[in-house]
Amino acid sequence: MARILINLPKAKRGEIVEIRTLIQHPMETGYRPKGDGTSFPRDIIRNFVCELDQIEIFRADLFPAIAANPFIAFTVKAEEGGTMTFSWIDDLGMSQTETVDFIVE
Amino acid sequence: MTRASFSRRAVLRTGVVLSAAAALARPAIAQSAGHVVVIGGGFAGATCARELNRGGLNVTLVEPAATYTACPFSNGVLAGLRPLSRQQFTYDALKKEGLAVVAQRATRIDGQERRVSLSDGTTLGYDRLVLAPGIDLRYDALPGYTEDVAQIMPHAWKAGEQTSLLRGQLEAMPDGGTVIISVPANPYRCPPGPYERASLVAYYLKIQKPRAKLIVLDAKDSFSKQGLFQGAWKALYPNLEWVSMSSGGKVIEVDVRQRMLVTEFGRHKADVANVIPPQHAGEVAVLAGTADRTGWCPIDPVTFESRQQPGIHIIGDACIAGSMPKSAFSANAQAKVCAAAIINLLRGQAPQTPKLINTCYSLVAPDYGITVAGVYQPVNGVLTDVEGAGGVSPADGSASLRSLEASYADAWFRTITDEVFG
Repeated sequence: MARILINLPKAKRGEIVEIRTLIQHPMETGYRPKGDGTSFPRDIIRNFVCELDQIEIFRADLFPAIAANPFIAFTVKAEEGGTMTFSWIDDLGMSQTETVDFIVE
Repeated sequence: MTRASFSRRAVLRTGVVLSAAAALARPAIAQSAGHVVVIGGGFAGATCARELNRGGLNVTLVEPAATYTACPFSNGVLAGLRPLSRQQFTYDALKKEGLAVVAQRATRIDGQERRVSLSDGTTLGYDRLVLAPGIDLRYDALPGYTEDVAQIMPHAWKAGEQTSLLRGQLEAMPDGGTVIISVPANPYRCPPGPYERASLVAYYLKIQKPRAKLIVLDAKDSFSKQGLFQGAWKALYPNLEWVSMSSGGKVIEVDVRQRMLVTEFGRHKADVANVIPPQHAGEVAVLAGTADRTGWCPIDPVTFESRQQPGIHIIGDACIAGSMPKSAFSANAQAKVCAAAIINLLRGQAPQTPKLINTCYSLVAPDYGITVAGVYQPVNGVLTDVEGAGGVSPADGSASLRSLEASYADAWFRTITDEVFG
């Protein structure tokens, strides 16, 4: 399992908060030569999705130009608290999901 | 030399411009010595000034400080292995060689008129100007980290008072405390420096404060001599924790009131916080218009002449030297190449394409040294690694090899400081 870091701050109702995420992933572009005429097969994170109580609130599609260990930060307006899930899916079909309680006071 | 000779040169140049006979200018310059002003008296500037002086040029070294405090080996001061006085050098030997050393700060540089204004109101004319200003710290780059905060959370990245301040804090810290070192992203002065520092601070803690902890918060995922450092840490310093950027190590804010370092993913409380902030070329280089958007100075790798300001050369930590790291060894090598190029240019001869060498010594413990060496040459206008040259210490080196390398490091420091200041 890849290591995941999430910074989800507590929020006051109506406040705009920044959510930061990072997944340790090689983001292999598919263009790096192996030295035998072939290349290392492509393996990048394709999608990142964030849901709050199963409603999608943020999504990103990633591409080979994005560096290893992609760091994604985005902002949300805190209206209701709930269960926030963060999912990353890569080329090899690996899907990893983390769940964090979003506390809105 | 005297001021009279500077004004004579200035008159000479004016005469050339008036006659509009550029072809005649060369022999005129070739026959007289040529005046070079060097700003900055560190490893780069002092070396260059001496080389130019020995090459028969008329040289003025502008350096406001009477004493130079060297950064290499200053991590040993932090660990209590050597006094700060062993890092300090004067310009007496340079003066004895007939070099004019002016203890002023450069306040303005006029590249058109080829004139430097000094803090006492006087000006110096030059045929060629060499800037060796080293680094300045970017107090705008890390929210919460200011010059005042640096008195509480020292950077100790310019040796001197800051070194003593951090040393004092380490000594005063109770056993069981937490020391944090924050390391910036590339480029910065002395790439392996933060890791040597971590090693030697860990060495001090291991002996004096065995319950203390050392955390290195890094804005990078890889660093110079990483395998060698990490191998040694594993064997020697169980209380040293390195947090890479992708493990949440990048410090993005400093909270001095709570002595807290804020990373992208958390907060770390420190009893002693050593914040090494991002850096840029020393202020004089910015003043002269030689620094680009990166904050560093693009140069021609054959002459070290600025890509932005003709007639001005930049050497040492301030310049963008391609693959060459910002080190005292590099600064010294660049200074010699730059001096040779200037001597040729003032004689109307083509400068020679150089090859430069760098070696970085790091101490992991007082009797445990590791090195990385490289050879560089200009390729398509950039200083590039010569493939197959240089190398690093072996990963499986014996204790006697490590001890030998530590003695080489010490010998290198004594040799280079003797060459530059002795």
